[in-house]
Amino acid sequence: MARALDTVAGVAVAAPPRPRRRDWSGFVAHAILVAAVGALAFPLYYAFVISTQSLGEVSSLPPKLYPSTSLLDNYAEAWARVNLGRMLANSAVMAIAIAGGKIVISLLSAFAIVYFNFRGKQVVFWMIFVTLMLPVPVRIVSTYNVISVLGWVDTYWGLTVPLMASATGTFLFRQFFQTVPDSLAEAAQLDGAGPLRFLWSILLPLSKANVAALFVILFVYGWNEYLWPLLVTNTPQMRTAVIGIEALVPRSGSQLPEWNIIMAAAIMVLVPPVAVIVAMQRWFVKGLIETEK
Amino acid sequence: MKVFVTRIVALAVVVLGASPSPALAKTDIQWWHAMQGVLGERVNEIATKFNATQQDYEVKPVFKGSYPETLNAAIAAYRAKQPPHVVQVFEVGTQTMLSSGAVYPVYQLLKDNGVSMDWNDLIGPVKSYYSTNGNLASMAFNSSTPILYYNKDLFKKAGLPDKPPATWDEVESMAKKLVASGAKCGYSTAWPSWVLMENMHALHDQPFADHNNGFDGLATALKINGPFGVKMMELLQRGAKEGWFTYNGRLSKAEANMGGGECGIFTSSSAYIAGLSRHSEGKFTWGTGFLPKMAGYPQGNSIIGGATLWVMKGAKPEEYKGVAQFFKYLASTENQAWWAGVTGYLPLTNAAVKALEASGHYAKNPHQKTSVNQMAAGKTTPNSQGIRLGNFVSVRDAIEEQMENIFGGKKTAKQGLDDAVAKSNDILKEFAALYK
Amino acid sequence: MKRTVFRNRWLPYALVAPQVAITLVFFFWPAFDSVRLSLYRASPFGDRLIYVGLANFERLVRDPAYLRSALSSFVFSFFVTIVGLALALLLASLANAKIRGLAVYRSLLLWPYGIAPAIAGIIWLFIFHPSYGVLPYVLSFVTAYQFNWFLKGWVAMTLIVVAAIWKQFGYNLAFYLAGLQGIETSVLEAASVDGAGPIRRFVAIVFPLLSPVTFFLFTLNMTFSFFETFGLVHSVTQGGPGDATSIMVYRAWKDGFEGLQLGYSAAQSVILMLVVITLTAMQFRFAEKKVTY
Repeated sequence: MARALDTVAGVAVAAPPRPRRRDWSGFVAHAILVAAVGALAFPLYYAFVISTQSLGEVSSLPPKLYPSTSLLDNYAEAWARVNLGRMLANSAVMAIAIAGGKIVISLLSAFAIVYFNFRGKQVVFWMIFVTLMLPVPVRIVSTYNVISVLGWVDTYWGLTVPLMASATGTFLFRQFFQTVPDSLAEAAQLDGAGPLRFLWSILLPLSKANVAALFVILFVYGWNEYLWPLLVTNTPQMRTAVIGIEALVPRSGSQLPEWNIIMAAAIMVLVPPVAVIVAMQRWFVKGLIETEK
Repeated sequence: MKVFVTRIVALAVVVLGASPSPALAKTDIQWWHAMQGVLGERVNEIATKFNATQQDYEVKPVFKGSYPETLNAAIAAYRAKQPPHVVQVFEVGTQTMLSSGAVYPVYQLLKDNGVSMDWNDLIGPVKSYYSTNGNLASMAFNSSTPILYYNKDLFKKAGLPDKPPATWDEVESMAKKLVASGAKCGYSTAWPSWVLMENMHALHDQPFADHNNGFDGLATALKINGPFGVKMMELLQRGAKEGWFTYNGRLSKAEANMGGGECGIFTSSSAYIAGLSRHSEGKFTWGTGFLPKMAGYPQGNSIIGGATLWVMKGAKPEEYKGVAQFFKYLASTENQAWWAGVTGYLPLTNAAVKALEASGHYAKNPHQKTSVNQMAAGKTTPNSQGIRLGNFVSVRDAIEEQMENIFGGKKTAKQGLDDAVAKSNDILKEFAALYK
Repeated sequence: MKRTVFRNRWLPYALVAPQVAITLVFFFWPAFDSVRLSLYRASPFGDRLIYVGLANFERLVRDPAYLRSALSSFVFSFFVTIVGLALALLLASLANAKIRGLAVYRSLLLWPYGIAPAIAGIIWLFIFHPSYGVLPYVLSFVTAYQFNWFLKGWVAMTLIVVAAIWKQFGYNLAFYLAGLQGIETSVLEAASVDGAGPIRRFVAIVFPLLSPVTFFLFTLNMTFSFFETFGLVHSVTQGGPGDATSIMVYRAWKDGFEGLQLGYSAAQSVILMLVVITLTAMQFRFAEKKVTY
């Protein structure tokens, strides 16, 4: 380890290469990273393996670490038993609606804050800021009351709309808009274009990268939200996938622990958000960095 | 076939009723329940059967999740002024419902709608638990009581005779032999507080809480840290330490261990018969028996678990008429016998018990009779009519938390029970303060 | 500073209206209601509401179970944050060399971010399973100790800590890698020339230079472990055994939605509000320069 740290300093930006030393530090770095990737991936791999085994194989020791043959059976069973299709659909609705809604709403608010002066701007700004300090767990009982008064329990409205206001999105767009050169806005005004025109034709195209970044983060957030759907839905048809898995984990005597089915369901539920991250990686990384400023 | 024909008839009725003739429009009755899986199917069945017997009302069962979730949904709906007509609430919610002012007592409902029912034919424990001043507050629906199960194959392997243990001493000695012969678990239980605290106290005629277990007024203090409670817990603490008692979690988690063939002796709700039959099929044989008794204490009775149907205020008189008709239908001997027969829940009237006997059902399903016999063999005393506590869910939690500490050896039985009582009294006083 | 503004009277109000509306209805109203409810004793059906002032808070402070829950939350967050960060920093340091494919590694490390804590929990639940899990099986060759999380509180706590760290790890690592890559090697070279060994260099130069990243990751992980791990506890341990893993968020939900003690639960929500305000204030105080209005 000392050697690796030592050679970190040795790897100067444009220093003449010392082949042996650089190879060694590079090798160590690769080794460490491969090990880390492997360690992170192992539980998922193991879960996948279990999802392909039959119940007998699952309950026997020593544990087998290679895939088996019951893949289709298990996945089909998991799908049928908790009506996974419907729940995945609910999760998709929630994730897409929230991501889309948040993006649109934050974009509009940020636009207003940056490009207009209006009475109460400061109030609005701080109001949005304060929501950062009011995560879901802090308002559970009362939120449920509000939702039931509105009659939104067990509805898509209740699942999505309340989560569509967000400070992070607004701040992200605000920061971005502040980096857009003034000259563009001036030019638009000179051309006689109204603010909405400016937003639609100029700002929006420029914001594409931010929109993509935010989309990835928000999609994952919406898909994986647990406490909110738990509060707002009661019937199985409206529940989302992350909660639905729970129905498979044995908590009552009428079910034997069928871990192969559980793992099959878990895999099916985690694939969409992970796939979105992998496919839209570049924007994901950008989004992580931007939203946490 | 019968169901199919019934459904065609029902469909025809609906189709014909689609004409704008008000006389054929059915009044909807919303019934919210917490029955999953097979039980849920039975609920749908009985609603369909009722709907087919008449043209005026249609009972619509809606599954709302677990018991706490169903209760929360009903509360939310009530506050939003759109309550269901009928809601299934678990027994621990009884006091909450009674104090709420949101329910239409069943005896009142039936009286107002001219339906008469023979209350005296309800089996004793059911009647006493759900009545106030002798009048039935909620409609008995699915009641169970805990019994003992034992794995015959494991017994044979341990050289034990094919007979369930009758006393705790026998449980101990048999469980020890089971473990010695290689069983993974000698004795275990589901619903730890319900079986080992609530039922054991009732079974031995020991008081659980003050104000007569909450029947004479809102209870504000538990009495489970007396000599009997301590003795029970010390026995099991020793069992956990010596390895013949395996604690397998709260609720009905432990049923997975029994169903998997691990445990020799097991206590759980009589409703577990269905699940156990399914899981043990082709794997092992099992039997049932009465709950074990501790020597040196008087005879009481086991108490009821499960749920009942409550009627919520806020609906129209015509709708209540339909609810009354539905309850009348449910209470008929034929339907009681059917429901108990297919679910394994206790038949709620003596007439239903007799009908099941007469039809030979119990001859074919002897285990279903164990719970009935157990209740018949017990003595109904003030301490064994049941336990009514406000915020009972939190109280059970508090008790089970300490039980886990005791079984894990972290506290002595007395200390654990004292702590459980202290926390529970706090919770009970909070509830009582609301209704002073 | 933005100087170009559009001059519409009503348009900005229309633009911020959606966000303001949602914020008022779903954030502020429930938040105020929580505070209000915490001062009352409420019956489940809402038919009785008795003002009790600070009695609920008094009860909380006197309640050993609540204090244990606060302790569990802190222990949990502490381990997830400190161990998670330490591991990530260690690995990042070891792997910090100019190697190709860093982007590939990064994407292979970030995907667990897409897994919901509840799902991560279920996977680790199986790995830890006393009867068929691979972890107790392997450990059984080393010791006869029973790693049964059903009975042993610390095993259950370890389970959820591991699941949470696993989910966050790639994220922490990615940020540290980026942070390390941003350190000027010339500084390190100079120190090396001055005779400072690798450990000295790390302590005196690298770590201080990384402090913004560390601070940022610290508050992020703390917030995550306090507020976003409800699903993890709810689907894996349900707060057990006993109340060993009853973190504050879980307890607040349980007392409110299963115990139906609404005022008591609301009081817990208010306390959580104070925690998040503290954490958010820390985060923004440090990054003060960025929050220009």
